[in-house]
Amino acid sequence: MSRIKDLQKNLFGGTTSNARQFGMIFTLVAIVLLFQFLTARDLGVGFGDGLTLRSDNLIALFQQNSYILILAIGMLMVIVAGHIDLSVGSIAAFVGILVAKAMADWDLPWPVAILFGLAIGAVIGAWQGFWVAYVGVPAFIVTLAGMLLFRGANQYVGNADTIPVPAPFQKIGGGFLPETGPDTGYNNLTLLLGLAACVAVVWRELQLRRTRKEMNAEPAPMWVSVIRMAIMVGLLIFVTLRFAGGRVGTSFPISGLILVVLVLVYGFYTRNTAGGRHIYAVGGNSRAAELSGVKLRRVNFFVMMNMSVLAALAGMIFVARSGASGPQDGLSWELDAIAAVFIGGAAVSGGIGTISGSIVGGLVMAVLNNGLQLLGVGTDRVQIIKGLVLLLAVALDVYNKSQGRFSVIGSITRPFRREASAEPASSSEAGSQPAKTTVAG
Amino acid sequence: MTTTAPVLLEMRSITKEFPGVKALSDVNLLVRAGEIHAICGENGAGKSTLMKVLSGVYPYGSYSGDIVYQGSQVRFSDIRQSERAGIVIIHQELALIPDMSITENIFLGNEPRKRGAIDWKSAQRQALDLMARVGLREDPDTLIKDIGVGKQQLVEIAKAFAKDVKLLILDEPTAALNEADSQHLLDLLRGFRERGITSIMISHKLNEIEAIADEITILRDGKTVETLNIQRDGVDEDRIVRGMVGRELGSRFPDHTPKIGDTFFEVRDWTVRHPISAERLVCKGESFHVRRGEIVGFAGLMGAGRTELAMSIFGRSYGVYLGGQIFKDGKEIQLKTVADAIHHGLAYVSEDRKAIGLNLLDDIKTSTVAAKLSKISKRGVLDQVAEYKAAEEYRRELRTKAPTVDEGVSKLSGGNQQKVVLAKWMFTDPDLLILDEPTRGIDVGAKYEIYGIIQRLADQGKGVIVISSELPELIGLCDRIYTVFEGQITGDIARKDANPETLMKQMTSTKKMQTR
Repeated sequence: MSRIKDLQKNLFGGTTSNARQFGMIFTLVAIVLLFQFLTARDLGVGFGDGLTLRSDNLIALFQQNSYILILAIGMLMVIVAGHIDLSVGSIAAFVGILVAKAMADWDLPWPVAILFGLAIGAVIGAWQGFWVAYVGVPAFIVTLAGMLLFRGANQYVGNADTIPVPAPFQKIGGGFLPETGPDTGYNNLTLLLGLAACVAVVWRELQLRRTRKEMNAEPAPMWVSVIRMAIMVGLLIFVTLRFAGGRVGTSFPISGLILVVLVLVYGFYTRNTAGGRHIYAVGGNSRAAELSGVKLRRVNFFVMMNMSVLAALAGMIFVARSGASGPQDGLSWELDAIAAVFIGGAAVSGGIGTISGSIVGGLVMAVLNNGLQLLGVGTDRVQIIKGLVLLLAVALDVYNKSQGRFSVIGSITRPFRREASAEPASSSEAGSQPAKTTVAG
Repeated sequence: MTTTAPVLLEMRSITKEFPGVKALSDVNLLVRAGEIHAICGENGAGKSTLMKVLSGVYPYGSYSGDIVYQGSQVRFSDIRQSERAGIVIIHQELALIPDMSITENIFLGNEPRKRGAIDWKSAQRQALDLMARVGLREDPDTLIKDIGVGKQQLVEIAKAFAKDVKLLILDEPTAALNEADSQHLLDLLRGFRERGITSIMISHKLNEIEAIADEITILRDGKTVETLNIQRDGVDEDRIVRGMVGRELGSRFPDHTPKIGDTFFEVRDWTVRHPISAERLVCKGESFHVRRGEIVGFAGLMGAGRTELAMSIFGRSYGVYLGGQIFKDGKEIQLKTVADAIHHGLAYVSEDRKAIGLNLLDDIKTSTVAAKLSKISKRGVLDQVAEYKAAEEYRRELRTKAPTVDEGVSKLSGGNQQKVVLAKWMFTDPDLLILDEPTRGIDVGAKYEIYGIIQRLADQGKGVIVISSELPELIGLCDRIYTVFEGQITGDIARKDANPETLMKQMTSTKKMQTR
C-alpha cells in the first residue's frame, strides 16, 4: 500500500470512530472554506476577510440552526427505529404558543414555563407514541395527523396572533455566555468551554487507543493520533477564538450550549447504552429484536415521545430567539431535520445512522443556506440548490455503495472496525477441518 | 446418460476475487446436455459464487476465465442476459411475491402482452400448462402466501419454464421442504432429464445427490477438487464427504455418551390458538418434559405445529395462549414475554435465521451479545471491551470463520451465521435451548461441528430441544424423540427404538405411543 493510501486509511479510513467523524468534519470544513473564498472574492478582499468565518456570522449560524439540529437528534433516533416524524414543526409551534401564553396570561415564571413546555411535549409525545407503538398505526400517518392537528391547535390557542415573551425567557434562544473574570479581550467562559473541548478531544483519542489495545487490535500509529488531535484541537481553538472574540456582548450562544449538551448526552446514549442499542436492533430487524427480548413497544413509544419533547424544546428556543410566538413558527422544520439525518448517512429503512453524522449533515445544510444568502442568492434558488444537494449526496452514496466503492456516508455510519490483517488467527482457521477439536479461547 | 453426450456448458479456470478473499481460484466445471449435475462443497467453498458468475450476477470482467455455453463463449453482464440464453437460477430464498397470485408470479417481468396491455387470458392458459408440467395442482389465482413452501418451489420452477429454460440451476432446492415434497421435486427433476433439460443442483443433502445426480463436481476452498460420475465411479455418500472435507469422515455424528440427570423442565396441557383464526388450535393440550443433559427431538411434518409450540413457550412469541403450565426445577414459572423467557434461562434459535434470527445490519460482536446486553453493561452503559472479548471467545470456541468479530453477519455463509446465532444464545447462559432446524442449509462439515456443540451443551447439564425435519439427524443426535402431528404430541420414543419407520408412522397419526 502506498504511503498516501496508508495516510488516508489511517486518518479517514475509519480505524476508530474518531476517525470517521473526523472525515465528515473534513467535508464540512471544505464547504466552509469554499464559501469563505467565494464571499471574500465577491467583496474583493483577502481570504481571511471573507464573511463566512466572521465571528458574528458564525454566531448567527449557530443561533439560527440550533433548533433544527436539536430536532435532528430526535429525528435520527426515530428514523433509526424505522419511523418518521412529520409533526415536529407543528408541535414546536403549539408548545411555543402555549408557553408564551402561559407567561403572558398567567404570569408563569420563565423556568416553570420551560418545564411546563417540556411537559406538554411529553404529553403530546405520549399521545403519538401510543398510536404508533400500542395501536400499530404507521408513524407516517400518526405524525401527518399530528402535523395538521397541532398546527391547527397553535392557531386556535393563539387566535393566529403573535404573543411576545419576556426578556429573561428570550435568553435561552438569543442569549450568550455572560462576561466574567479578568479582561482578556475575549469572552472568558467561551474560552473555558473551548479549553474543556480540547481536553476532551485529547482524552477521548487516548482512551480509544487504550480500548483498541484491549481489543487486541493494533492501534493506528502514534503520529497519526497526534496529527488527528492537532488538527482537531487547532480547529477548536480557531472556532473558540471566533466565538469568544466577537462583538462585545456576544459570545457562544446559550442555545448552542444546550445543543452541545444534548449531542453529548444523546450521542452517549445511542452509542454506549443498552437502550440505544435496542433502537438500532428494532430498526434493523424488529422481529429478531423482539425474539432477543427487546421490548418493541417500549422502544417505539420512547423514540416517538422523546422526539416530541425535543420538538417542544426546539419550539421554545425559537420563540425565545424571535421574541414572540406566531402562527407560522416551525413551518417545514420537519423537512430540514429529516434532510439533515439523511445527509448524515441514516438509512431510509432504519437501523443505520449516528447522532454526530446527523449534526454534521445539519451543519452542511446550514452552511450552505448561510453561504448562499451571504452571496446574495435569493431564497428561491437556495431551495433549489438545497434540494439538489440532498438528492445528490444520498444518490452518490447509494451509487458508491452499489459499486462496492468507498462510501462517504457509509464511512461515517459504519461502526468502527478493525482491519482484517490485524487478526492473523483467522487465516490459519480458514482451511481447518470440521472434526478438529475446539480451539481454546 | 452417457459421458459422450455433448457438452452444454464449460466454465474454464474461473477466478473471482473479493477484496482480501479469493472466493474462486481456477475453477473448472463441465456440464453435459441432459444431465443432472450436482455441485457439492462446504460452506464458503464457492458454490454460490460460481453460480453467480455463471448467471451474470457478477458481470463479465469482474472475474477471470471463460464460460463456453452451447459451443460459444458468453459474456453476461447481468442476469437478464443469462436468462435470455436459457440459464435460470432458482435461489434458496424464493423470489416470489406473497400477495400476488400464482399466475402473476409466473409471468412477473415476463408478462404476455396484447397491444401493450397484459393479456391475462393467455397468461392464465399458459400458467395452467406450465403448472401441469411441474405437477402443481392449484387454482392459478391462488395467492402465493396461501400455498406451502413445497408448492412455492414448484411455482419458481414453472416461472423458469416460462422463460424457456435450457439450463436450470437449483440452489438448495429441498432445504426447506419436507420428505414428501422433496421426493416430488426429485421426481420432477428426473422427468426433466428425460425431456432433455439440463439441471445443476447445489445441495447439502448427499442422499438426494446420490439418488439423482449423474455427475458431481466437488469444490473445496474455492477450488475444484474433482468431478465424479456416479455410475462409473461408484460414488456413495461417504465418497462425496471425503471429497468435500478432504479426508474420511468417520461418522456423521460425533461420539457421545449422554449424561442424563433429573427432569427439570416440564410443560403441561399447553394450549395455544392461531393468532388470527380463533377456532384453530395449533397446540392441543400438549405435555412434555426435558431432563438435564438430555437432547430431546421433536419430529413432525411441516405444519405439524412444532415451531408454533416452541415459540409459544418462548415468551408467547406465537399465537394466543389459552392454557397450560410451565415448570422449571419443580416450580411453576410465568413466561409472558421473551424477556421473561430469557430471564428464566430459555433460549430459542429460530428456523429462519435471516428473517427473525439475526439483524443483518449487525456485525458479529453486536449479534453475539444482543440477547443479553445486561451481561456486558453496568447500569445500562455498555462495556465495549467486554463485548469484544465475549464475542471473540465465542468465535474461537465455535470456530466461526470470519476475519474479525467486526465482520458484518450478512457476509457470512449460512453455517457461520448459524454459529453466530448459537453464540448469541449461548451467551445468555440458558438452561434450556430450543433449536429449530439448527442445520438447515448447512453443509456436512459444519453440521458435524454444530452437533458437537449441541452435545457439549447437553454435557454441561443443559436441556436441549432439537426440532428437525431430517429424521436421520434426530435419530443420530437425540436421546429421546417426541413426534408431533397436527398440534398434538403423538409419541415419546426412546433412542433405542427410534427408526425412520416408527417415527414416520407416529408423525402421521394421532394414535399415542410410548416406548420408554
